[in-house]
Amino acid sequence: MSWLTDFPQLSRETLVAIRQSLDSAYRDFSREYGEVIEGFFDPLLAFLIWFEKLLIAAPWWLVIAIIVAITQIATRSWRLSAGVAVSLFLIGLFGMWEDTMSTLSIITVCTLLSIVLGVPIGILMARSDRAQAIITPILDVMQTMPAFVYLIPVVMLLGIGKIPGVIAVVVYAIPPVIRLTNLGIRLVDREVLEAATSYGVSPWQKLINVQLPLAMPNIMAGVNQTIMMALAMVVIASMIGVAGLGQPVLRSITNQYFTLGLFNGLAIVALAIIFDRVSQAYAKRSQRYMGGRSE
Amino acid sequence: MNKQVQIRIEKLFKIFGPTPAKVLPQVHEGKSKDQVLADTGHTVGLKDINLEIHRGEIFVIMGLSGSGKSTLIRHFNRIIDPTAGQIFCEDIDVMQLNTKQLREFRRQKMAMVFQHFGLLPHYTVIDNVAFGLKTQGVDKKTRLAKARQWLADVGLNGYEEQYPSQLSGGQQQRVGLARALCTDAEILLMDEAFSALDPLIRSEMQDQLIQLQEKLHKTIVFITHDLDEALRLGDRIAILRDGELIQVGAPKDILLNPADDYVEAFVRDVNRARALTVENVMKSPSNRITANTIGEALQQMKATPAVFAYLENADGYQGAVLKNTLEKIVRETDDADAPLCEKVIEDTVRVSPDALLEEVIPDTLDQDYPLPVVDEEGNLKGELSRSSLAQVLGTTTANET
Ligand SMILES: Nc1ncnc2c1ncn2[C@@H]1O[C@H](COP(=O)(O)OP(=O)(O)OP(=O)(O)O)[C@@H](O)[C@H]1O
Ligand SMILES: [Mg+2]
Repeated sequence: MSWLTDFPQLSRETLVAIRQSLDSAYRDFSREYGEVIEGFFDPLLAFLIWFEKLLIAAPWWLVIAIIVAITQIATRSWRLSAGVAVSLFLIGLFGMWEDTMSTLSIITVCTLLSIVLGVPIGILMARSDRAQAIITPILDVMQTMPAFVYLIPVVMLLGIGKIPGVIAVVVYAIPPVIRLTNLGIRLVDREVLEAATSYGVSPWQKLINVQLPLAMPNIMAGVNQTIMMALAMVVIASMIGVAGLGQPVLRSITNQYFTLGLFNGLAIVALAIIFDRVSQAYAKRSQRYMGGRSE
Repeated sequence: MNKQVQIRIEKLFKIFGPTPAKVLPQVHEGKSKDQVLADTGHTVGLKDINLEIHRGEIFVIMGLSGSGKSTLIRHFNRIIDPTAGQIFCEDIDVMQLNTKQLREFRRQKMAMVFQHFGLLPHYTVIDNVAFGLKTQGVDKKTRLAKARQWLADVGLNGYEEQYPSQLSGGQQQRVGLARALCTDAEILLMDEAFSALDPLIRSEMQDQLIQLQEKLHKTIVFITHDLDEALRLGDRIAILRDGELIQVGAPKDILLNPADDYVEAFVRDVNRARALTVENVMKSPSNRITANTIGEALQQMKATPAVFAYLENADGYQGAVLKNTLEKIVRETDDADAPLCEKVIEDTVRVSPDALLEEVIPDTLDQDYPLPVVDEEGNLKGELSRSSLAQVLGTTTANET
């Protein structure tokens, strides 16, 4: 009757055996296929390195000019553009230019990757209830599982470096794009879809001309969240060797450099605000047709 | 009008639910919609629909909310697939089309107009109108030119570059109409196309549709739950209840011979004076004579107790003559051979067989005798009496007699 008072726990030996066999199986797997999988990611790594070098090597004023130009085109707001210019300048002034460029490059790549992977997955989910039923719990796990936990197998497989960092960031940041693409497509007005069908659209025409454009506000909201989450992952990613603003933050935690941590933290915040405002303003401007008869 | 059949529906059933095929036998047995819902959780959308729609007519489908109108119209282009039954469009067996053929069929044959317009909010007005052609793969220049033309035809010149959200409801539905017309499809499916518009705009749109139809001679399937609209537009009207077809007929059949209480309840409140024409209610003329002289006229009128008669000759209807007047002349002049001259013929108000009852009510009230109904060629077609008018206009009177 001991199970009434003590939890009927597996014995220590069994638990150790389970852990050891799973660990060694995974270790064997990563020894066997680690190289192949690394090779698979080589082009991405090459691109990542090239992009980071490009941002760092380019003259600082040119980079600022390009970012301000993008801001201006996307938002048509001089105030925002000026704000962007000033904050980038201050970042450089306080000696964080290179780290910021590293972070910028990895965030850009992670965001693009999330969109390229996430939108099609979202479309798949919108088209099939079964796909939705399968993918939704996976997304739940991805969003709630502590990032450190899935860093372990990634590092075991690929070592530390940029690629594991990117994978960790994408895994953490991709769910919003997927969810909101799915939601956006499912929310498209039924009558508009019916109208399109009644004029004989093919599934592809329907997707490109009707569903995606009308889901765009939601997809953009997802992209925005993805960017924010990717930035939030920067510090954790730096633990596995990703260069950028996360590194100094990590150093300041271990060495209790309060000011260093604060400055770098503020730089991350500045990047986040820039990304957020630009992507939101762009989303808003591209939805002007929703805006009623004001113009 | 030639009665070529354009759309034919045979034994169409539609049941909504997870296993419609299993429920079908119960519906065949004649279980009612409510019963099926209670027993199986399935909704009977349509039940044994058989109908033919003719080329060039406006066919109105009417029924209360939930009676299956939208479900029915969506079967014509198979936006909804039936549980059982057949759909033919001319010689095309629509049920046999594969996905690709069906797509092509929708592009070429039918165009649809929706209650809430169904416009693409991210397209400009002109791109919306050209949408059907874009789907067909027509090149941009051609389709925009054509769209511009149709936009002008529905009276929306200058709105090309606006977005739908910048237009009023009436204007948006004109865009919807132009979009449908722009594909040159022979068949127009209109699901409560005007129901979301306020009454004034609605009647404007009805006028516009009638005008366009005079030019285009499309086959139009028009859904409404408004009988006045149905009577105004419809060449024929079908009435649905709980997914069943109750009655199909010309407007006057529906009004004057409702098939059952449901239809009767539907037509009770309609303004008949505005829906029926003189032709629908006139009787054949009781006294018509073809005399040349007063004597002949009196001779012919002797046969009946009537106090007046309609005089006709080779040139058609001449006017009415009163027995009293004629007898008085004969008494005074003793000349029965005198010709029936204008003096004795009273040319009373004539009414046209196509006139709405509403238009002729005042004339009928002014007159002691029934009004002659005379067509454009001057032929006497019938007579319209106060009593026959009262009979159709007052439903209570109609029930008593
Ligand atoms: N997709 C569906 N699933 C289940 N039931 C449906 C579905 N579509 C329609 N129905 C049912 O079929 C019946 C007919 O609906 P339908 O929309 O054709 O009515 P309607 O005559 O167009 O009504 P309204 O005037 O309100 O538009 C209703 O009882 C409705 O609940
Ligand atoms: Mg409906």
